[in-house]
Amino acid sequence: MERGTATDEPALSLAGLRRDFDERPALDGVDLTLNKGESLVVLGPNGAGKTTLLRILATLLRPSGGEVRVLGARLPGEAWKARGRIGFLGHEALLYRDLSGRENLRFHAKLHGLRGEAAETRIDALLAAVGMERRAEQRVAELSAGMRQRLAICRCILHEPELLLLDEPDSNLDAEGRELARELIGPGEGRSRVLVTHDPERALPDSDQVLRLGAGGRVAVA
Amino acid sequence: MTPSRLAFAAILGKDLRAELRTLQSLPAMALFAVTTFVIFRFGLDRTALSGSLGAGVLWVTLLFAAILGINRLFVAEREEGGFDAIRLAPIDRTAVFAAKAAALLVYLLALELVVVPVFAVFFLDSAAALPPLVLVLLLADLGLAATGTLISSMAVNSRARDLLAPLVLLPLVVPLSIAATGAIEPLLAVGGPGYHRFGTWLAVLGLYDLIFLLVGYAVFDFLLED
Repeated sequence: MERGTATDEPALSLAGLRRDFDERPALDGVDLTLNKGESLVVLGPNGAGKTTLLRILATLLRPSGGEVRVLGARLPGEAWKARGRIGFLGHEALLYRDLSGRENLRFHAKLHGLRGEAAETRIDALLAAVGMERRAEQRVAELSAGMRQRLAICRCILHEPELLLLDEPDSNLDAEGRELARELIGPGEGRSRVLVTHDPERALPDSDQVLRLGAGGRVAVA
Repeated sequence: MTPSRLAFAAILGKDLRAELRTLQSLPAMALFAVTTFVIFRFGLDRTALSGSLGAGVLWVTLLFAAILGINRLFVAEREEGGFDAIRLAPIDRTAVFAAKAAALLVYLLALELVVVPVFAVFFLDSAAALPPLVLVLLLADLGLAATGTLISSMAVNSRARDLLAPLVLLPLVVPLSIAATGAIEPLLAVGGPGYHRFGTWLAVLGLYDLIFLLVGYAVFDFLLED
């Protein structure tokens, strides 16, 4: 798989990031730098702009103002350089309901340039890691929300991204699922992580930085 | 970047597999077309149609049946977050346009494989018009697939998508409809197929296809952005 050029630049560099929705600010002047391999936890009440921040970093939303660099790529103009190096786990699993779990992972593998034996080996390993080997041929529509979340975690890390953007990754997971998720998308392995959570007690011990967003997307405490 | 042909094959394969499994579009399109032929047969009280009337009945029925498929082309992406998955991938967005247009083209060809013989049984005295008709429909389908994919991708994120797609699409396919019916009309002439200005109408269809394929190539990346 073709990768962007490795540099010593930070994983994330934000300066005065703004995002407005119809004049209403969702994010208002966010500054931060996250070095490669570090973890950032984003906290804040509902409507503080946490998900908006994550979607901007994932290149899914354009910033309204400020400077944003993700893995060295300036957004939105150079978003293509960062895509494929990011693993995004949002509120939706991004899985097609009428395909099986394995078919979904094959589809995503192809979109990321993985195919053949290498793709199958990777998919098998991930399905085993989340305990989904026996359910892999079932249509996603027939799976429980927790099972879908396990598959979504597989999808998120299938292409071995350098930066993980995780929005409440423990959603719908049972205790066993949370432990499996921690092993797969937890800190370590040199990956950078941005984690949006409402469970700071669980997330803070693993974090290098904390970003607290307040109402209207203002940085409450950095 | 992922090679475009790999992304194209992945998206087209996904769409066709999902349609084969769920049969959400094609049966509805075919049933609509056959029902419309039945209504025309009894409404017009005719057992045979020729010339411009036959061309109009065939083309309008195919066009309205196609709109059912066009409305559903991006539904899986909208309902299941697939747009985000595609936008996160390091792929050329043109491959998405090409794959979606190819999927729609396959739907249209499959539809015609079923309903054109039904039209022939209901309204034609002989099957002599069918071989040249295949060429006309192939060119018309290509243009309809390109235009339909563009409009469907624009309409899918709108709350009024079911209305928006036909309302925007129909004016855009007026030139295509004129050329398609112009080419079909002499083929359905009484006494057997004729070829008056047949080549000219095929050229117009080809030009329309070229223009809308180029427009799709140029603007689809922009349409996928937020």
